[in-house]
Amino acid sequence: MARHSSPIGGATRAHAHDHEDGLSDIAVRVRALESLLIEKGYVNPAALDAIVETYERKIGPRNGARVIARSWVDAAFRKWLLEDATVAIESLGYAGRQGEHMVAVENTPEVHNMVVCTLCSCYPWPVLGLPPVWYKSAPYRSRAVIDPRGVLSEFGVSLPPATKIRVWDSTAEIRYLVVPMRPDGTEGWSEERLASLVTRDSMIGTGFALDPRSLAPEPAT
Amino acid sequence: MNGAQDLGGMMGFGPTLAEPDEPVFHARWEKRALALTLAVGALGEWNIDVSRHARESLHPVDYLSSSYYEVWLKGLEKLLVARGLATPRELAEGRALGPSKPTKPPLAAGAVATALAEGTPYDRPQTSSARFSVGDDVRALNVHPKGHTRLPRYVRGRRGRVEKIHGVFVFPDANAHDLGECPQWLYSVRFSSQELWGGDGDRNLDVSVDAWESYLEEAKA
Repeated sequence: MARHSSPIGGATRAHAHDHEDGLSDIAVRVRALESLLIEKGYVNPAALDAIVETYERKIGPRNGARVIARSWVDAAFRKWLLEDATVAIESLGYAGRQGEHMVAVENTPEVHNMVVCTLCSCYPWPVLGLPPVWYKSAPYRSRAVIDPRGVLSEFGVSLPPATKIRVWDSTAEIRYLVVPMRPDGTEGWSEERLASLVTRDSMIGTGFALDPRSLAPEPAT
Repeated sequence: MNGAQDLGGMMGFGPTLAEPDEPVFHARWEKRALALTLAVGALGEWNIDVSRHARESLHPVDYLSSSYYEVWLKGLEKLLVARGLATPRELAEGRALGPSKPTKPPLAAGAVATALAEGTPYDRPQTSSARFSVGDDVRALNVHPKGHTRLPRYVRGRRGRVEKIHGVFVFPDANAHDLGECPQWLYSVRFSSQELWGGDGDRNLDVSVDAWESYLEEAKA
């Protein structure tokens, strides 16, 4: 069964079926709704296309990676990001819906931060794009606040027992961005190359930045 | 409300399963469900708190057995009917059977980029002084509102410490029920895992939530 039909609660669905035209029940239902709303004059189909295009092509975790890479090379920017993330992030051109009020939290050898929304799916869209399915699912939302080490182990992340975990539950309109630690062995790297080490999960707190040895060597110029 | 959306601390949902190289959308209908939700939202017939309440008011069995975009779709359909923009029969047939409700003009394709980049700020002018200061010990009220709230069950009655004052923000518990924005001071409150989960709590874990002033009382020493 395709992941898209995974229910929030995680169990598999018993009764999905396809129509003769190959569309699922839910696809037919959404198509009917779109036709109705266009006919009623509430939505403009070209605007729907533009919204999809924005989140499919323009806004995603590469934005956040550029923010993190800048914070790794520019101490003044890092300070600004940790003090006033909304404005610091906006200075790089990332702002807007679901990122109106940003807070950045810094990982250190002593403290690991992790972000969740136990009540719905709050997520910093301008820097990370739309959330992955697991972030919106009950397994993550239920356990992140009570057993984050167990959740992290499912992401292959193991922290020393002495490392403090700070979990941020996004219960208001504040959106959180984790600033992962800069990997060792990246001295002198360009911002662009550093950004390639910053994963989406490292900015949620369910991963680390990539080990530079995992990247293909940069071609000689 | 103590609904299925309030998942923090629940057990039994199984592991968090991340999908490698997950696409932004898994089906065309998901793209359209997202875009329709945002485009209809831009009509201003309701606010984000009304939307969240429509989703969390689904029957718990329905909520947990639906995928996330299905929950959005069901919330949208419910609001379209409740606010007189469409009838159940129109939704079922996918065509208009009566006049449209007069609304703002639909979001135009050319206005999408600006609308998404501007977002909707939820902070409001600070016309009173904050009741609590950074470092204050506070207790989350043990309350169980029947309507919308952003105070998760797992912190109710628990003692935490104010760590940051975010400013004055729209109060969802009122805004979700068309009672006005009723802005209040919003705090980041930090709880120890032992306080939240007793002896079973991870000794190296703190969880922070963002809590409006009326969710909190002074904790007696």
